[in-house]
Amino acid sequence: MDKQRIKPNFRRRCIQAVSALLYNANLPGFAEGSIYKGKSKGVCVPGLNCYSCPGAVASCPLGALQNALSNLPNKLPLYIAGFILLAGTALGRVVCGFLCPFGLIQELLHKIPTPKLKKNRWTRRLSRLKYVILAVFAVAMPLWYAFAMGMPVPAFCKYICPAGTLEGGFFLVGMREEYRALAGALFRWKTVLCAMILGACIFVYRGFCRFLCPLGAIYSMFSRIALLAVRVDKKLCNSCGLCEKACPMDIRQVGDHECIHCGHCASVCPKNAIYFGRERKS
Amino acid sequence: MTKRRTIRIILAGAGLFALTAGILQGGYRDTLIKAIHICMECIGIG
Repeated sequence: MDKQRIKPNFRRRCIQAVSALLYNANLPGFAEGSIYKGKSKGVCVPGLNCYSCPGAVASCPLGALQNALSNLPNKLPLYIAGFILLAGTALGRVVCGFLCPFGLIQELLHKIPTPKLKKNRWTRRLSRLKYVILAVFAVAMPLWYAFAMGMPVPAFCKYICPAGTLEGGFFLVGMREEYRALAGALFRWKTVLCAMILGACIFVYRGFCRFLCPLGAIYSMFSRIALLAVRVDKKLCNSCGLCEKACPMDIRQVGDHECIHCGHCASVCPKNAIYFGRERKS
Repeated sequence: MTKRRTIRIILAGAGLFALTAGILQGGYRDTLIKAIHICMECIGIG
Protein backbone atom coordinates (compact mmCIF):
# COMPACT_ATOMS: atom_id res chain seq x y z
CA MET A 1 0.00 0.00 0.00
CA ASP A 2 2.66 2.51 1.06
CA LYS A 3 4.65 1.90 -2.09
CA GLN A 4 1.68 2.86 -4.21
CA ARG A 5 0.71 5.89 -2.14
CA ILE A 6 1.33 9.10 -3.91
CA LYS A 7 4.31 11.09 -2.70
CA PRO A 8 3.54 14.77 -2.15
CA ASN A 9 3.43 17.20 -5.01
CA PHE A 10 7.20 17.26 -5.63
CA ARG A 11 7.36 14.16 -7.82
CA ARG A 12 4.48 15.39 -9.96
CA ARG A 13 6.07 18.81 -10.29
CA CYS A 14 9.30 17.15 -11.50
CA ILE A 15 7.38 15.14 -14.11
CA GLN A 16 5.58 18.31 -15.25
CA ALA A 17 8.87 20.20 -15.56
CA VAL A 18 10.63 17.38 -17.41
CA SER A 19 7.74 16.93 -19.85
CA ALA A 20 7.61 20.69 -20.50
CA LEU A 21 11.35 20.62 -21.25
CA LEU A 22 11.08 17.55 -23.47
CA TYR A 23 8.16 19.08 -25.43
CA ASN A 24 10.23 22.26 -25.88
CA ALA A 25 13.72 20.84 -26.26
CA ASN A 26 14.62 23.12 -29.19
CA LEU A 27 16.04 25.75 -26.87
CA PRO A 28 18.06 27.60 -29.58
CA GLY A 29 14.72 28.40 -31.24
CA PHE A 30 13.92 30.85 -28.43
CA ALA A 31 17.12 32.79 -29.10
CA GLU A 32 16.78 32.66 -32.88
CA GLY A 33 13.03 33.39 -33.08
CA SER A 34 12.50 30.39 -35.37
CA ILE A 35 10.66 27.08 -35.01
CA TYR A 36 11.97 23.52 -35.16
CA LYS A 37 11.52 21.79 -38.52
CA GLY A 38 12.62 18.21 -37.74
CA LYS A 39 10.66 15.03 -38.43
CA SER A 40 9.53 14.64 -34.82
CA LYS A 41 7.08 17.45 -35.50
CA GLY A 42 4.87 14.93 -37.28
CA VAL A 43 4.28 13.24 -33.92
CA CYS A 44 1.89 14.68 -31.33
CA VAL A 45 2.61 15.13 -27.64
CA PRO A 46 -0.31 14.35 -25.32
CA GLY A 47 -0.47 17.82 -23.67
CA LEU A 48 -1.40 21.27 -24.93
CA ASN A 49 1.81 22.72 -26.39
CA CYS A 50 1.69 24.99 -29.43
CA TYR A 51 3.68 23.69 -32.41
CA SER A 52 4.55 27.27 -33.27
CA CYS A 53 6.41 27.65 -29.99
CA PRO A 54 10.09 28.16 -30.92
CA GLY A 55 11.04 25.33 -28.57
CA ALA A 56 8.42 22.78 -29.67
CA VAL A 57 9.85 19.56 -31.11
CA ALA A 58 6.46 17.88 -31.63
CA SER A 59 2.88 18.78 -32.50
CA CYS A 60 -0.07 19.89 -30.40
CA PRO A 61 -2.87 17.30 -30.61
CA LEU A 62 -5.56 19.99 -30.60
CA GLY A 63 -3.94 21.92 -33.44
CA ALA A 64 -3.42 18.67 -35.35
CA LEU A 65 -7.07 17.70 -34.77
CA GLN A 66 -8.39 21.00 -36.16
CA ASN A 67 -6.00 20.76 -39.09
CA ALA A 68 -7.18 17.21 -39.81
CA LEU A 69 -10.84 18.27 -39.58
CA SER A 70 -10.09 21.01 -42.09
CA ASN A 71 -8.87 18.27 -44.45
CA LEU A 72 -12.02 16.19 -43.92
CA PRO A 73 -13.46 16.83 -47.39
CA ASN A 74 -10.40 14.97 -48.76
CA LYS A 75 -9.24 12.68 -45.98
CA LEU A 76 -10.54 11.08 -42.74
CA PRO A 77 -8.69 12.31 -39.61
CA LEU A 78 -7.52 8.79 -38.73
CA TYR A 79 -3.99 9.64 -37.59
CA ILE A 80 -5.00 12.15 -34.92
CA ALA A 81 -8.12 10.18 -33.95
CA GLY A 82 -5.91 7.13 -33.37
CA PHE A 83 -3.47 9.16 -31.29
CA ILE A 84 -6.24 10.63 -29.13
CA LEU A 85 -7.86 7.21 -28.61
CA LEU A 86 -4.54 5.71 -27.51
CA ALA A 87 -3.57 8.62 -25.25
CA GLY A 88 -7.10 8.73 -23.80
CA THR A 89 -7.35 5.02 -23.01
CA ALA A 90 -3.84 4.86 -21.56
CA LEU A 91 -3.70 8.14 -19.64
CA GLY A 92 -6.99 10.09 -19.75
CA ARG A 93 -6.71 13.28 -17.71
CA VAL A 94 -3.45 12.10 -16.15
CA VAL A 95 -2.13 14.11 -19.12
CA CYS A 96 -3.64 17.27 -17.60
CA GLY A 97 -2.16 16.61 -14.19
CA PHE A 98 1.30 15.45 -15.21
CA LEU A 99 2.09 16.09 -18.87
CA CYS A 100 0.69 19.51 -19.81
CA PRO A 101 3.11 22.48 -19.82
CA PHE A 102 0.25 24.96 -19.77
CA GLY A 103 -1.16 23.23 -16.69
CA LEU A 104 2.23 23.69 -15.01
CA ILE A 105 2.24 27.42 -15.87
CA GLN A 106 -1.23 27.80 -14.35
CA GLU A 107 -0.24 25.97 -11.17
CA LEU A 108 2.84 28.14 -10.74
CA LEU A 109 0.75 31.29 -11.22
CA HIS A 110 -1.67 30.04 -8.59
CA LYS A 111 1.20 29.92 -6.10
CA ILE A 112 1.34 33.75 -6.08
CA PRO A 113 0.03 34.60 -2.61
CA THR A 114 -3.37 36.26 -3.07
CA PRO A 115 -6.91 35.45 -1.90
CA LYS A 116 -8.15 32.41 -3.86
CA LEU A 117 -11.56 31.63 -5.29
CA LYS A 118 -12.70 28.26 -3.95
CA LYS A 119 -14.77 25.86 -6.00
CA ASN A 120 -18.51 26.25 -5.66
CA ARG A 121 -21.67 25.46 -7.60
CA TRP A 122 -20.91 28.26 -10.10
CA THR A 123 -17.46 26.93 -10.91
CA ARG A 124 -19.02 23.48 -11.31
CA ARG A 125 -21.48 24.90 -13.82
CA LEU A 126 -18.76 26.84 -15.59
CA SER A 127 -16.70 23.66 -15.97
CA ARG A 128 -19.19 22.53 -18.63
CA LEU A 129 -18.13 25.45 -20.83
CA LYS A 130 -15.08 23.52 -22.06
CA TYR A 131 -17.37 21.01 -23.81
CA VAL A 132 -19.12 23.87 -25.63
CA ILE A 133 -15.74 25.28 -26.68
CA LEU A 134 -14.66 21.83 -27.88
CA ALA A 135 -17.84 21.41 -29.93
CA VAL A 136 -17.94 24.94 -31.36
CA PHE A 137 -14.34 26.13 -31.75
CA ALA A 138 -12.37 22.89 -32.10
CA VAL A 139 -14.85 20.87 -34.17
CA ALA A 140 -17.79 22.78 -35.71
CA MET A 141 -15.98 25.92 -36.86
CA PRO A 142 -13.04 24.16 -38.55
CA LEU A 143 -15.57 21.88 -40.28
CA TRP A 144 -17.74 24.83 -41.33
CA TYR A 145 -14.78 26.73 -42.74
CA ALA A 146 -13.59 23.59 -44.56
CA PHE A 147 -16.93 22.66 -46.12
CA ALA A 148 -18.50 26.09 -46.65
CA MET A 149 -15.46 28.22 -47.42
CA GLY A 150 -12.93 25.61 -48.51
CA MET A 151 -10.24 26.97 -46.22
CA PRO A 152 -8.48 25.54 -43.14
CA VAL A 153 -9.16 27.58 -40.01
CA PRO A 154 -8.14 26.17 -36.60
CA ALA A 155 -10.71 28.33 -34.82
CA PHE A 156 -9.74 27.47 -31.25
CA CYS A 157 -6.07 28.25 -31.96
CA LYS A 158 -7.00 31.39 -33.84
CA TYR A 159 -9.47 32.98 -31.45
CA ILE A 160 -8.83 31.51 -28.00
CA CYS A 161 -5.72 29.41 -27.34
CA PRO A 162 -3.59 31.26 -24.76
CA ALA A 163 -0.83 28.63 -25.08
CA GLY A 164 -0.22 29.65 -28.71
CA THR A 165 -0.11 33.33 -27.78
CA LEU A 166 2.15 32.81 -24.77
CA GLU A 167 4.48 30.13 -26.15
CA GLY A 168 4.55 31.17 -29.80
CA GLY A 169 3.02 34.59 -30.38
CA PHE A 170 4.93 36.67 -27.85
CA PHE A 171 8.30 35.17 -28.80
CA LEU A 172 7.89 35.28 -32.57
CA VAL A 173 6.14 38.65 -32.79
CA GLY A 174 8.58 40.09 -30.27
CA MET A 175 11.66 38.85 -32.08
CA ARG A 176 10.75 39.15 -35.76
CA GLU A 177 10.09 42.47 -37.39
CA GLU A 178 8.03 40.99 -40.25
CA TYR A 179 5.53 39.48 -37.77
CA ARG A 180 5.41 42.64 -35.69
CA ALA A 181 4.33 44.50 -38.81
CA LEU A 182 1.50 42.01 -39.38
CA ALA A 183 0.20 41.97 -35.79
CA GLY A 184 -3.20 43.66 -35.72
CA ALA A 185 -6.60 43.40 -34.05
CA LEU A 186 -6.46 39.60 -33.76
CA PHE A 187 -3.11 39.70 -31.99
CA ARG A 188 -4.39 42.39 -29.63
CA TRP A 189 -7.49 40.27 -28.88
CA LYS A 190 -5.38 37.19 -28.20
CA THR A 191 -2.99 39.16 -26.03
CA VAL A 192 -5.83 40.57 -23.92
CA LEU A 193 -7.49 37.15 -23.64
CA CYS A 194 -4.19 35.46 -22.73
CA ALA A 195 -3.51 38.11 -20.06
CA MET A 196 -7.04 37.67 -18.67
CA ILE A 197 -6.72 33.89 -18.51
CA LEU A 198 -3.27 33.96 -16.92
CA GLY A 199 -4.39 36.69 -14.53
CA ALA A 200 -7.46 34.67 -13.54
CA CYS A 201 -5.26 31.63 -12.85
CA ILE A 202 -3.58 33.55 -10.01
CA PHE A 203 -6.92 33.54 -8.19
CA VAL A 204 -8.61 30.44 -9.64
CA TYR A 205 -6.82 27.08 -9.57
CA ARG A 206 -6.21 25.97 -13.19
CA GLY A 207 -8.93 28.27 -14.52
CA PHE A 208 -8.15 27.47 -18.14
CA CYS A 209 -8.15 23.68 -17.63
CA ARG A 210 -11.35 23.72 -15.63
CA PHE A 211 -13.45 26.02 -17.77
CA LEU A 212 -11.98 26.39 -21.24
CA CYS A 213 -9.59 23.64 -22.36
CA PRO A 214 -11.05 21.47 -25.16
CA LEU A 215 -8.19 18.97 -24.85
CA GLY A 216 -9.10 18.41 -21.21
CA ALA A 217 -12.71 17.99 -22.36
CA ILE A 218 -11.62 15.27 -24.80
CA TYR A 219 -9.53 13.42 -22.22
CA SER A 220 -12.30 13.71 -19.62
CA MET A 221 -14.44 11.44 -21.82
CA PHE A 222 -11.95 8.66 -21.09
CA SER A 223 -12.06 9.10 -17.30
CA ARG A 224 -13.99 5.88 -16.67
CA ILE A 225 -11.78 3.65 -18.75
CA ALA A 226 -8.26 5.15 -18.66
CA LEU A 227 -5.60 2.66 -17.61
CA LEU A 228 -3.73 5.03 -15.30
CA ALA A 229 -5.75 7.00 -12.78
CA VAL A 230 -6.18 7.92 -9.16
CA ARG A 231 -8.47 5.28 -7.68
CA VAL A 232 -10.28 4.60 -4.44
CA ASP A 233 -10.00 1.28 -2.66
CA LYS A 234 -13.69 0.77 -1.81
CA LYS A 235 -12.82 -1.69 0.96
CA LEU A 236 -10.84 0.97 2.83
CA CYS A 237 -12.93 4.06 2.03
CA ASN A 238 -15.23 5.25 4.83
CA SER A 239 -16.92 7.91 2.63
CA CYS A 240 -15.78 10.77 4.86
CA GLY A 241 -15.70 13.15 1.87
CA LEU A 242 -12.38 14.76 2.82
CA CYS A 243 -10.91 13.93 -0.60
CA GLU A 244 -13.63 15.79 -2.46
CA LYS A 245 -13.41 18.80 -0.13
CA ALA A 246 -9.62 19.01 -0.43
CA CYS A 247 -9.60 18.75 -4.23
CA PRO A 248 -9.20 22.13 -5.96
CA MET A 249 -10.88 20.84 -9.15
CA ASP A 250 -14.65 20.63 -9.62
CA ILE A 251 -14.91 16.92 -8.88
CA ARG A 252 -17.91 15.15 -7.44
CA GLN A 253 -15.87 12.04 -6.67
CA VAL A 254 -12.24 11.02 -6.97
CA GLY A 255 -11.37 9.95 -10.52
CA ASP A 256 -14.41 11.47 -12.25
CA HIS A 257 -14.29 13.51 -15.47
CA GLU A 258 -13.07 16.66 -13.70
CA CYS A 259 -10.26 14.87 -11.83
CA ILE A 260 -6.74 15.52 -13.17
CA HIS A 261 -5.29 12.72 -11.01
CA CYS A 262 -2.83 15.03 -9.24
CA GLY A 263 -3.06 12.90 -6.11
CA HIS A 264 -3.67 15.76 -3.68
CA CYS A 265 -6.62 13.79 -2.29
CA ALA A 266 -4.36 10.87 -1.34
CA SER A 267 -2.43 13.08 1.07
CA VAL A 268 -5.59 13.97 3.01
CA CYS A 269 -7.21 10.53 3.07
CA PRO A 270 -7.20 9.27 6.67
CA LYS A 271 -7.65 5.67 5.55
CA ASN A 272 -4.96 5.57 2.83
CA ALA A 273 -7.70 4.41 0.51
CA ILE A 274 -6.56 6.43 -2.51
CA TYR A 275 -3.84 5.11 -4.78
CA PHE A 276 -2.45 5.80 -8.24
CA GLY A 277 -2.27 3.20 -10.97
CA ARG A 278 -4.32 0.39 -12.49
CA GLU A 279 -7.36 -1.12 -10.79
CA ARG A 280 -6.62 -3.65 -8.10
CA LYS A 281 -8.07 -7.11 -8.50
CA SER A 282 -10.94 -7.44 -6.06
CA MET B 1 -14.56 -4.06 -13.92
CA THR B 2 -14.36 -6.61 -16.73
CA LYS B 3 -16.68 -4.53 -18.89
CA ARG B 4 -14.48 -1.48 -18.36
CA ARG B 5 -11.40 -3.47 -19.32
CA THR B 6 -13.10 -4.80 -22.43
CA ILE B 7 -14.07 -1.28 -23.54
CA ARG B 8 -10.51 -0.10 -22.88
CA ILE B 9 -9.03 -2.90 -25.00
CA ILE B 10 -11.50 -2.27 -27.83
CA LEU B 11 -10.79 1.48 -27.84
CA ALA B 12 -7.03 1.00 -27.64
CA GLY B 13 -7.23 -1.49 -30.52
CA ALA B 14 -9.35 0.93 -32.54
CA GLY B 15 -6.83 3.68 -31.75
CA LEU B 16 -3.90 1.57 -32.87
CA PHE B 17 -5.75 0.62 -36.06
CA ALA B 18 -6.71 4.24 -36.78
CA LEU B 19 -3.18 5.46 -36.07
CA THR B 20 -1.66 2.87 -38.44
CA ALA B 21 -4.26 3.57 -41.12
CA GLY B 22 -3.68 7.31 -40.62
CA ILE B 23 0.08 6.95 -41.11
CA LEU B 24 -0.47 4.91 -44.28
CA GLN B 25 -2.97 7.52 -45.47
CA GLY B 26 -0.44 10.33 -45.04
CA GLY B 27 -1.66 11.75 -41.71
CA TYR B 28 1.85 11.90 -40.26
CA ARG B 29 3.08 13.86 -43.27
CA ASP B 30 0.11 16.26 -43.12
CA THR B 31 0.75 16.93 -39.42
CA LEU B 32 4.47 17.41 -40.09
CA ILE B 33 3.87 19.86 -42.95
CA LYS B 34 1.49 21.92 -40.81
CA ALA B 35 3.82 21.89 -37.79
CA ILE B 36 7.07 22.86 -39.51
CA HIS B 37 5.53 26.07 -40.81
CA ILE B 38 4.69 28.85 -38.39
CA CYS B 39 0.93 28.72 -37.76
CA MET B 40 -0.16 32.33 -38.20
CA GLU B 41 -3.55 31.66 -36.59
CA CYS B 42 -1.92 30.11 -33.51
CA ILE B 43 0.36 33.06 -32.85
CA GLY B 44 -2.46 35.55 -33.48
CA ILE B 45 -1.57 36.99 -36.88
CA GLY B 46 -3.41 35.00 -39.56
